[in-house]
Amino acid sequence: MSYLYETLADLMHLSETHELPVWEIVIRAEMEATGESREAIEGEALRRVQIFKDSVVNGIEDRKRTLSGMSGGQAHILLEHTPRLLSPVAYKALTYAIAVNEANAKMFRVVACPTAGSCGVMPGCMCAVGEEFEMDDAAFLRGFFTGAGIGNVITNQACVAGAVGGCQAEVGSAAAMAAGAIVAMLEGNTKQVMNAVALCLKNVLGLVCDPVAGLVEVPCVKRNGVYAVHAFSAAEMAMAGLISQIPVDEVIDAMNRIGRALPSTLRETSEGGLATTETGRRIAAQLRDM
Amino acid sequence: MSSVFEIIGPVMIGPSSSHTAGAARLGKMARYIFKEHIERVDLTLFGSFAKTYKGHGTDRALIGGLLGFDAEDERIRDAFKAAAKGNLQYQFIESAEEGGHPNEVRFDLYGKDDYHMTIVGRSLGGGRILVTNVNSLDVEISGEDYTILTFHHDCPGVIAAVTSLLGRAAVNISTMKVFRKRKHCEAVMLINTDSPVEACVMSEIQKNKDISSVMYFEPLEKAVTE
Repeated sequence: MSYLYETLADLMHLSETHELPVWEIVIRAEMEATGESREAIEGEALRRVQIFKDSVVNGIEDRKRTLSGMSGGQAHILLEHTPRLLSPVAYKALTYAIAVNEANAKMFRVVACPTAGSCGVMPGCMCAVGEEFEMDDAAFLRGFFTGAGIGNVITNQACVAGAVGGCQAEVGSAAAMAAGAIVAMLEGNTKQVMNAVALCLKNVLGLVCDPVAGLVEVPCVKRNGVYAVHAFSAAEMAMAGLISQIPVDEVIDAMNRIGRALPSTLRETSEGGLATTETGRRIAAQLRDM
Repeated sequence: MSSVFEIIGPVMIGPSSSHTAGAARLGKMARYIFKEHIERVDLTLFGSFAKTYKGHGTDRALIGGLLGFDAEDERIRDAFKAAAKGNLQYQFIESAEEGGHPNEVRFDLYGKDDYHMTIVGRSLGGGRILVTNVNSLDVEISGEDYTILTFHHDCPGVIAAVTSLLGRAAVNISTMKVFRKRKHCEAVMLINTDSPVEACVMSEIQKNKDISSVMYFEPLEKAVTE
C-alpha cells in the first residue's frame, strides 16, 4: 500500500480512504519515500520546531539593526505595544513572524519554510497557537507535517521561488502551509485543512516580489507578519465551515500560471515595484557605497 | 514528491538560501577540494553576488565556509573575527564581468610554499551549489553525492577500466559524464556513486597509466573538513 501523493486531492483521498489525518499520511509517505523510521523523521521535525522557537526568541531579544540598517527591533516594539484591534493569538503570530524574519535578516539560524524570505510565517503562526493553547510536541508535529505536505504539493505542482512566481509563491505558499498547519494543530478535519489552504492562497494571488536593494528585508520582514494574520483569517473561515468554490489544486495551478505571467521586473530582480521607487533607489544607492 | 525536510528546510543562517547558505557551502567545498591549509584567498564575485554580497552576508558565509563551518553554523555571523583568529587572509574582488551564472564566485586559494588552486562555483538556489571549474578544467561537483573525478588522456579503455574497478568493488554508478578538450587530449570523467568508494579502490584507479590524477569527494555534510 502506497501513501505517496502528488496533489492535495491525492492527500485528501488518502486521508479519507484510510480514515487518517493529513499529517499522518505525510509521515507515512516520508517513511515510504526515504526508508527512514518514524522515530527519525519525527525527531528531525522536532529539531526544526525547536529552531522555529529559538528564532522567535532571537528575533525578539536582539534589538540591533541589520547590516543594511533597514530593519531590526520591530518585533520588540510590537511586543511592548498593547494591541487594540487583533486578538491576542493573532497579534502574537504577527509579532513572532516578524521576529523570525528579523532573525533571518540578522544572520541567526532559521529554517527556510519554504524559503528564507518567507521563513517567518509558519513558525510565527505555529508558535503563537502552540503557546496560546498550551500545546505539546504532538500538536507541533501535526502542524509541521500538514504544512510540509501542503508545501510539497505546491513546490512540485507549481513553484515557491520568488524569482519564478513572485511573492505569492513565497510568502503566499508559506501562508497556505501555515493555514493548513494551524487547522491541524487545532484538530480540524481534512476538508477544513484543504479549504484553509485554498482560501488562503486565493487571496495572495498576484503578489509581486520587489525587494528594495535586492535584500530580504523591505517589504519581506513586515509582510511575513501580515500574512501570518492572513493565514489565521483563512483558517478561521475554514473552521467555521466556509468552503472555497475553486478546488485547492486548481488554486495552486492558477497561482503557478499567474506567477509565470508576471513580468521579470516583479520577480525578485529588484527592477520594478517598491525597489524602483524614489526612496527604494536611494537606499540601494547608499548601500552600494557602504 | 520531495522530502518534507527539503520543503521545511534547509536549516540555515539567514538571510538568503542562495546568497548565504549556498555561499557557505561553496566556501566549505573549496576548502574540501583544496585539502591543504589555506593561508590566503582571493574571492572574485560575479553578478548578483558582486552587487549584493554585503547586505546578504555572502562575504561572511564564504569565509565561514572556508573555515569549515556548515551553512547552519551560527559562527558564520562572526566569520571575519574567526578568520583573523585563524590567520586566514582574504580579499574580496567585485567583478564587473558577467560570470557564467548570476551567483558565481572564483576562489584563488594559496597554501604553504605558494601552492595555488583556482576553483569556480555557483549557488543554484535553495542552498544547492555546483563547482564548475578546478584549475581551468571543467567539472561538476554538487557536494550532494559521492563523486569521483579523473583527469586522464582521451584514449580507448580508460572508462572501462575505471567502471570495472567500481563494479568489482560493488559500487553502483548513479550518473556519469565524460568531457574532453579535444580528441586524444586531456579529458575529465565525472562519476557519481550511490555509496562511498574505499581508498584502496581509488588507489587502483590512480594506478592506470592514462590517468594523471583522481579526486574523490563525499557529500559535503558528511565530509569532515573543520
